[in-house]
Amino acid sequence: MPSAVCEGLAGSELRPRRGRCGPQAARAAVPEEAAEAAAQSPKRPAPGSRPSEAACRWVLLALVTLLAFATRFYRLDQPPHVCWDETHFGKMGSYYINRTFFFDVHPPLGKMLIGLAGYLSGYDGTFMFQKPGDRYEHHNYMGMRGFCAFLGSLLIPFAYLTVLELSKSLPAALLSAALLTFDTGCLTLSQYILLDPILMFFIMAAMLSMVKYNSCADRPFSAPWWFWLSLTGINLAGAIGVKFVGLFIILHVGWNTVSDLWHLFGDLSLSLVTVGKHLTARILCLIVLPLALYTAIYAVHFAVLSQSGPGDGFFSSAFQARLSGNSLHNASIPEYLAFGSVITVKNLRMAIGYLHSHRHLYPEGIGARQQQVTTYLHKDYNNLWIIKKQNTDSDPLDPSFPVEFVRHGDIIRLEHKETSRNLHSHYHEAPLTRKHYQVTGYGINGTGDSNDFWRIEVINRKFGNRIKVLRSRIRFIHLVTGCVLGSSGKVLPKWGWEQLEVTCTPYLKETLNSIWNVEDHINPKLPNISLDVLQPSFPEILLESHMVMIRGNNGLKPKDNEFTSKPWHWPINYQGLRFSGINDTDFRVYLLGNPMVWWLNLLSIALYLLSGSVIAVAVQRGAHLPGEVEGLAQVLLRGGGQLLLGWALHYFPFFLMGRVLYFHHYFPAMLFSSMLTGILWDTLLRLCACGLAASSLASRVHMGGVLSLLLGTAYSFYLFHPLAYGMVGPLAQDPQSPMAGLRWLESWDF
Amino acid sequence: MLGFLQRPVVVTADVNLNVVALTAVGLLSRLWRLAYPRAVVFDEVYYGQYISFYMKRVFFLDGSGPPFGHMLLALGGYLGGFDGNFLWNRIGAEYSSNVPVWSLRLLPALAGALSVPMAYQILWELRFSHCAAMGAALLMLIENALITQARLMLLESLLIFFNLLAVLSYLKFSNSQKHRPFSPSWWLWLTLTGVACSCAVGIKYMGIFTYLLVLGVAAVHTWHLIGDQALSNVCVLCHVLARAVALLVVPAVTYLLFFYVHLTLLCRSGPHDQIMSSAFQASLEGGLARITQGQPLEVAYGSQVTLKSASGKPVPCWLHSHPSTYPLSYENGRGSSHQQQVTCYPFKDVNNWWIVKDPGRHQLEVSNPPRPVRHGDVVQLVHGMTSRLLNTHDVAAPLNPHAQEVSCYIDYNISMPAQSLWRLDIANRESDAEIWKTILSEVRLVHLNTSAILKLSGAHLPDWGFRQLEVVGEKLSRGYHESAVWTVEEHRYGRSQEQRERELELHSPTHVDVSRNLSFMARFSELQPPSRPRCQAPVNPMETGSAAPWSRCALRRADWSPWGRPPAGAWLPDGLWLLQWRMLTVRSDDSEHKYSSTPLDWVTLDTNIAYWLHPRTSAQIHLLGNVVIWASAGLATALYVLLFCWYLLCRRRRVCELPEDSWLRWVLAGALCAGGWAANYFPFFLMEKTLFLYHYLPALTFQILLLPVVLQHIGEHLCRSQLHRSLFGALVVAWYSAACHVFNMLRPLTYGDKSLSPSDLQALRWKESWDILIRKH
Repeated sequence: MPSAVCEGLAGSELRPRRGRCGPQAARAAVPEEAAEAAAQSPKRPAPGSRPSEAACRWVLLALVTLLAFATRFYRLDQPPHVCWDETHFGKMGSYYINRTFFFDVHPPLGKMLIGLAGYLSGYDGTFMFQKPGDRYEHHNYMGMRGFCAFLGSLLIPFAYLTVLELSKSLPAALLSAALLTFDTGCLTLSQYILLDPILMFFIMAAMLSMVKYNSCADRPFSAPWWFWLSLTGINLAGAIGVKFVGLFIILHVGWNTVSDLWHLFGDLSLSLVTVGKHLTARILCLIVLPLALYTAIYAVHFAVLSQSGPGDGFFSSAFQARLSGNSLHNASIPEYLAFGSVITVKNLRMAIGYLHSHRHLYPEGIGARQQQVTTYLHKDYNNLWIIKKQNTDSDPLDPSFPVEFVRHGDIIRLEHKETSRNLHSHYHEAPLTRKHYQVTGYGINGTGDSNDFWRIEVINRKFGNRIKVLRSRIRFIHLVTGCVLGSSGKVLPKWGWEQLEVTCTPYLKETLNSIWNVEDHINPKLPNISLDVLQPSFPEILLESHMVMIRGNNGLKPKDNEFTSKPWHWPINYQGLRFSGINDTDFRVYLLGNPMVWWLNLLSIALYLLSGSVIAVAVQRGAHLPGEVEGLAQVLLRGGGQLLLGWALHYFPFFLMGRVLYFHHYFPAMLFSSMLTGILWDTLLRLCACGLAASSLASRVHMGGVLSLLLGTAYSFYLFHPLAYGMVGPLAQDPQSPMAGLRWLESWDF
Repeated sequence: MLGFLQRPVVVTADVNLNVVALTAVGLLSRLWRLAYPRAVVFDEVYYGQYISFYMKRVFFLDGSGPPFGHMLLALGGYLGGFDGNFLWNRIGAEYSSNVPVWSLRLLPALAGALSVPMAYQILWELRFSHCAAMGAALLMLIENALITQARLMLLESLLIFFNLLAVLSYLKFSNSQKHRPFSPSWWLWLTLTGVACSCAVGIKYMGIFTYLLVLGVAAVHTWHLIGDQALSNVCVLCHVLARAVALLVVPAVTYLLFFYVHLTLLCRSGPHDQIMSSAFQASLEGGLARITQGQPLEVAYGSQVTLKSASGKPVPCWLHSHPSTYPLSYENGRGSSHQQQVTCYPFKDVNNWWIVKDPGRHQLEVSNPPRPVRHGDVVQLVHGMTSRLLNTHDVAAPLNPHAQEVSCYIDYNISMPAQSLWRLDIANRESDAEIWKTILSEVRLVHLNTSAILKLSGAHLPDWGFRQLEVVGEKLSRGYHESAVWTVEEHRYGRSQEQRERELELHSPTHVDVSRNLSFMARFSELQPPSRPRCQAPVNPMETGSAAPWSRCALRRADWSPWGRPPAGAWLPDGLWLLQWRMLTVRSDDSEHKYSSTPLDWVTLDTNIAYWLHPRTSAQIHLLGNVVIWASAGLATALYVLLFCWYLLCRRRRVCELPEDSWLRWVLAGALCAGGWAANYFPFFLMEKTLFLYHYLPALTFQILLLPVVLQHIGEHLCRSQLHRSLFGALVVAWYSAACHVFNMLRPLTYGDKSLSPSDLQALRWKESWDILIRKH
């Protein structure tokens, strides 16, 4: 390894300096200058002229890739039990194999790929993945882990190529690749069945293809240009298809594209038609193509998951009718609600359930002592209600009466079928939400008082004034107090059997908590129709699943008194995540960045900001930099700027997020910051070397610096590798432990 | 120097009668019948209570914003001689005769009135025509929502005033940049920009948006300045430094000053004491200070202490134990140690007393001289009433099974030995030999055997634990966490060795005769004439040994230890940071409100807020905007953005006919006005708190400023012929008359002075979503 490094360094030093700026830097400059530069310099360093250097690049790339695979696949089978979030994503992979429907807050591509990898490697989907620590026994889990490790290993050659493209400097590329290879955090995260290696793979691939297509900018509409442009689009779809965090790389590419178009637009030598062509090409490849792919992912997702499973409850009744095995599948019920129908009413907000009542009274001191009304998640006879006219007690099911449909604005009573009490509300405080009114069951055998009257309202009346089962969204307005029937989603204490509170809210805003739909519907006088007619179309399914995902994401709020990871913890490597094992006899894996790498990254960001602003101010003041320094400054400002933007886009938005955050959310940003470190140190060392007159000394300073950084990271990896590859024995708090001396921060608990 | 001897002194007054006239009508519109209605209107009920607190000098904490706005409102009360005696509990309640309604509402109304001429000035400084400037001011004048908000005791008009002031003074500054840099007026406007920004932030956190905008514009201008190679490096450096000081340092200092004043003014204990630290509470007059005065400062072996959890969540509480034991097995079948319960109890109780014991000795009284406990010492904690030792062991805690149970050890003679040694870890120590101090030291108790930390889990125990809070031992030493930190609140040196005597001692109050411990200065100031407000008597700083002119209350604060040693560090900066931190972290529960709205409702004015309804007639006040202005301001913004993009593209292709100077003017006006609108509007989409229509008013103000900018631009550059221009002028006049007409129609709802008939009210309900109150009978 060291000999190859030296060769690489030497090779890179021999190259003409001009090539390093690259056509990209030249293009971005003022048009006149660009033209001049293009005229003077050959378009790119001709590959044939330096065969030794090209060969050196490939050898190094092969070496880097080999090392990456070696580190990622080493002891991949350890530990042979479920670690951390494998319990989720492994389980979801199994769901794809078993084709049962589930719900997750992330888009489906990542889990689909895991499922596919498992399927291809002969895993049969029978393992339960119940909780971390469960042994895999005879189940084949290596296919899924191997797939993730494969994608995780590819990050390193990608980083190498990206940095090489941005800086045209082998040492910088090598340094970036080494930082990632020797980072224990990246390594740990790549070795398990998780979404992160897949997400990072797509992010890095998108970045690489974007950089590649940028450097094809001098040959627009050529085959490689199209190839890299559409590959960028594909990777963007992949990134957003795995996690919504992929949005940040989309923003990054979007920003790059807009500034690119802006330069093209300002280039007066191009006609507007050409600029239009450029614009269309980008719209096609970066908007239309990813959108199509993203939709396709969902199409596959819904096609594969055709059987009822644990995710049903999160979706609307109409959606559930699609799933075989669900009670609504292939069912047939009357289409429109009529008086006398027996119905169940479901709240539109997920995880609230059906309107429910039972033969228990509200306890003393909580509103009026009348029968409880709650919502209940499960199907039950107590969820059945009879819909009646407000003031006639005649049996509407009497065949002599004509069928009368319930319409928007009708005044109704809802009688609880099992207890014959009416849904009732009055000016008493609700049990938990003090500003709302209490809802009770009242009356004997269906005879109550005027507080039992509700006006039924259909929202936005897409299906006309009548009420269509499953599809119509309805509200119940209490006639006397003018409040709206809703569920607060709060859990009642023991007296309420820990069901959810139902209230009548005086605030008339339309929120999902106060919107209901009719699910079961029994009316012997009406003809049944098959529910298949009511099945939502694909765009509707797509929209609904996104709404559910967004709500799910927003629902991941940190609980009070729970210790959560804060974004400012991450870059300083403040605290890791326990992947497996707690006690000293367990096989312990701890996700923690290699502190040397991470702190170097942190320092580099500060240094970058400093040197970047010094150069920018110097340029703004009109200082004339010598040619070499000028080139290096361009690399630093443009190449480094791209990476800094990537880091910022993948890091700062987390400060605005209200959901629960974890340490591993930082890793995409960490990739960018490692690449930035590579470019920064290489450039700084070169600048130092420029400052030194004697050329032999200059190259030695540069080489020595890069080498010591490489060796330093490698040594720190040697120190910290047990974190990733697993440790057994005493905890690090114990002075006996081999890791005792490495617990540099109190907050690391490995 | 003596120039006036040669030449006569000439004062040239340059009075812009436009501005004078605008100020006059502004004052008229905002001050007319200001004291009407003589009743609490909407959020006055909220701000009023804080004014009362200021008047009574009671400490409070308003989590919704910094104190400067409240202080300005209180200034109105102070000028009107308000004594603070009014019960702010209900919107619509009639003010009693001691409430100076007029002067309480005066400052916001003045701010609102002055915004009108300021709009004129801003447009003028943006180099637009007098006509456009007049237009902007006249639009501000007839905007119903701004009038309503300014005529009441609310903060928005003050915020808008300072926002506009910041923008105006920045413009004045940047206009004087070319001709007279570093002149007095240059400095004045620059500093005023910074001060106005921090005033805006000091009124509501929302002010930070305008501050950031001004900073952004200043940064761009500075960047151009750096690129100006006609200036020397030193000169550029001076410019940059001057801006950094005026726009960064001055606002920060001013902002801190608000808190300084706030803390200096409010020196009595009040309802919000509990969320602050014990050390802070001890500094308040009549609060904890009453108890803690005369307590020994240093905790020694044998000290009797109460330990308060530093975490206020869910409620502030003290470490507690009582003779009941943990149930043998819990509901879910897990077993317990069946030893004595240790909980956290939110009320003062004799069972909160613990005695600090040296593990090596048996004595429970303080030796003479007292042996202080230091950081790192190992102690035992003896529960005062039951004499049992605080203990934890490898048994799962009742509600958090991953943590250890904490108990008071009962020897059941089974193989479960006492593990009652705790190492003292002072979290805020300055040296490693720091002495454990009452109130000041934040300590963690680390269990010696298991290295678990004594921690409040925050969960409520079931009935067997009397619904007190669970205390656990948690093994993870994850940095600083408030729930694992305890402070000694009440403290005295134990004197009795016998259990019976000790119980008596514990029951007796710690309260010591306060006056005995007062220093000379304190007694001296108590002899001051009583007419002087007690807290304002200045004290000679030399005599108290502190550098700032503490108020008399502050002196008492510094004086509560019997050894006359002030608490470590100055209390004020500590209190200041703590206060700021608490304000940012106190979470207001996002309760739903009848009139709350979403940012999307604001642009189209789909919502209103009913502020007040006359108790008998149907006269009412609503926050309701001038529909014509809102609609046209929205349109103007959209038009601006479109035109801006169009010009940008044209210039890029070098096909634009817009002259360079009008382009620059257009960009700067857009950056400030459209930018001000965007900066004050879009962040609300990210906020999770309850939002109301009045949150939109600062953004609206900027939008109104943009309107004449766009109109003048259309008139100058897009109307090609004279005919077009005259036509356009006529249209503008017609449009403005329409706005006036709408203002006039909505006037009864703005001033609330006229009781309209139900049919008139119904006719005013132009939008389905407007909630106008109509009496049924």
